[in-house]
Amino acid sequence: MPKPPFPKPKVPGVLKGMGITLRTAKETVFPNGPIPQPSKGAVTVQYPHDADLPADRARGVISLKEDNCTACMLCARECPDWCIYIEGHKTLAPPRREGGKPRKVNALDRFDIDFSLCMYCGICVEVCPFEALFWSPEYEYSELKIADLLHDKSRLGQWFETVPDFEPLESGSEVKVKKVPR
Amino acid sequence: MDPLLSGNVDLMTVVVVLLKVLVAFAGLLVAVMGMVWFERKALADMENRFGPNRAGPFGILQTLADGMKLSFKEDLLPEKADRFVFRLAPLLAVIPAFLTFAIVPLAGNFSNGNDGVVEILGHKTFMQVADPQMGILWMLAMSSIAVYGIVLAGWSSGSKYPLLGSVRASAQMVSYEAALGLSIATVLLIGGMLSTNQIVAGQYGLRWNLWMTGIVPFFIFIIAGTAELNRPPFDLVEAEQELVGGFHTEYSSMRFAMFFLAEFMNAVTMSAIIVTLFLGGPSGPTFGITGWISDYVLPFIYFFLKVLLFLYMFAFFRGTLPRFRYDQLMDLGWKFLIPLALGWFLLLATVRVAADQGWNLPLTVVVCLAVLAAGAGLLRAAIRNSEHAEAMAAGSVAKDASEVDV
Repeated sequence: MPKPPFPKPKVPGVLKGMGITLRTAKETVFPNGPIPQPSKGAVTVQYPHDADLPADRARGVISLKEDNCTACMLCARECPDWCIYIEGHKTLAPPRREGGKPRKVNALDRFDIDFSLCMYCGICVEVCPFEALFWSPEYEYSELKIADLLHDKSRLGQWFETVPDFEPLESGSEVKVKKVPR
Repeated sequence: MDPLLSGNVDLMTVVVVLLKVLVAFAGLLVAVMGMVWFERKALADMENRFGPNRAGPFGILQTLADGMKLSFKEDLLPEKADRFVFRLAPLLAVIPAFLTFAIVPLAGNFSNGNDGVVEILGHKTFMQVADPQMGILWMLAMSSIAVYGIVLAGWSSGSKYPLLGSVRASAQMVSYEAALGLSIATVLLIGGMLSTNQIVAGQYGLRWNLWMTGIVPFFIFIIAGTAELNRPPFDLVEAEQELVGGFHTEYSSMRFAMFFLAEFMNAVTMSAIIVTLFLGGPSGPTFGITGWISDYVLPFIYFFLKVLLFLYMFAFFRGTLPRFRYDQLMDLGWKFLIPLALGWFLLLATVRVAADQGWNLPLTVVVCLAVLAAGAGLLRAAIRNSEHAEAMAAGSVAKDASEVDV
């Protein structure tokens, strides 16, 4: 590209920065037109009055699809905070084929996540090989008693209802990513 | 001199003085509360936020709520603190802030060369608490005492971060006071008066010192004044990232509130002083109206609007400019502002002498500018030379060290 014959005079960085803040102030006070509307253009969400809409993939709460869980304990072992508690027992399931031997499977007795300890790292969701754990963007589950933050498997199963459908994947990335929850 | 005190002093005179003190005191407190709210709101606007919006309409009572909260906090006294000085320091910060405001003319009819005399309870007087003959020097003296407040607060806390903050404060405020004083000197050169009332009276019409002194001293005064107030971008005194809270780290409760108050009070006062010195204070057109409207209402509105402009400017600086590094701060003060202020002062002095002696004015200005440019060049060369020498010295030391290593 040829150099322009008269280069634009450089605006000092100080003035540039002051221009930016002034423009932002204008956006906040005069969001539409010359009539000032104080703080109308602010991006802050006034949470209890207006609900915040988190992103679909936001790490709100971890949900459990109980049917997929085999009580393999991988999530509990990988959890840095040891906040997942799993108990299960061996049981017999009907054979896959006609006349086959009954299968030995693990039945889930207890699957609790203590959200007072959880640090929302998502390692459990990553590590689960059977597509049983999913992130849900829900965030309104504060409690008055800390013990109530221990969500059992039925509560975690309710969260599963709120897991949004995954967006279509980019081509070539299907191989590595979890399957769609439903 | 204030005409109130020129005659006999009777009971009514005392009442008038007390009334003025009360009004100025209460007015400044309200102005400070408004300033804290205004700055937070302006900052929020610049950052696309709401700012305070809970206490009262538009959050305007936020400062009051903060003050009440602070007054109920525990009043801590560090074990290693120097008890007397620790208690004295906040007072040294807050009292000069009040006293400086005493010399600011708040209202009075200054149009068409009037001297701003108003009548209260049958006595002629100025709408300012005091009009001492030393005038603007009073402000310099008080801002020097305010340095003590900060320095002693840091020193008496018996803790390292406040001490570092106060050491920074002393160096910064003392070095910028020179530039501040030199830019005030140009105003005094133009007006020939120290009294703030006469400085304002001399700027009637639109004969503001802003252009009478050639704009440069105005900008020097703003920069040096911001540094003097320890406000961003010159707030190294309370650089949170480096010094926790700076000089007031160990303070809590009402003593902290006093520092907080003093800081914003100084901002209001400095804006008022800028307006007084450069923008004609409360003077402005009266549209032929006489009586109390032209004596009190209109001048006060002009004064208020002008001050508001500078308060917004301070918030604007805080919202935009990143903090200076310490050596940059000192470079700006000593290598740029002070020489510039001194040079401009000499230029204005020469122009005045030329006007008195009937010299050829354009030629004088050209010669002056040439001499100043030569001086600036020499200064620049000297600074470069010393920097070069420093770099050489540092380099040779490093070389020696590496030789020792080998």
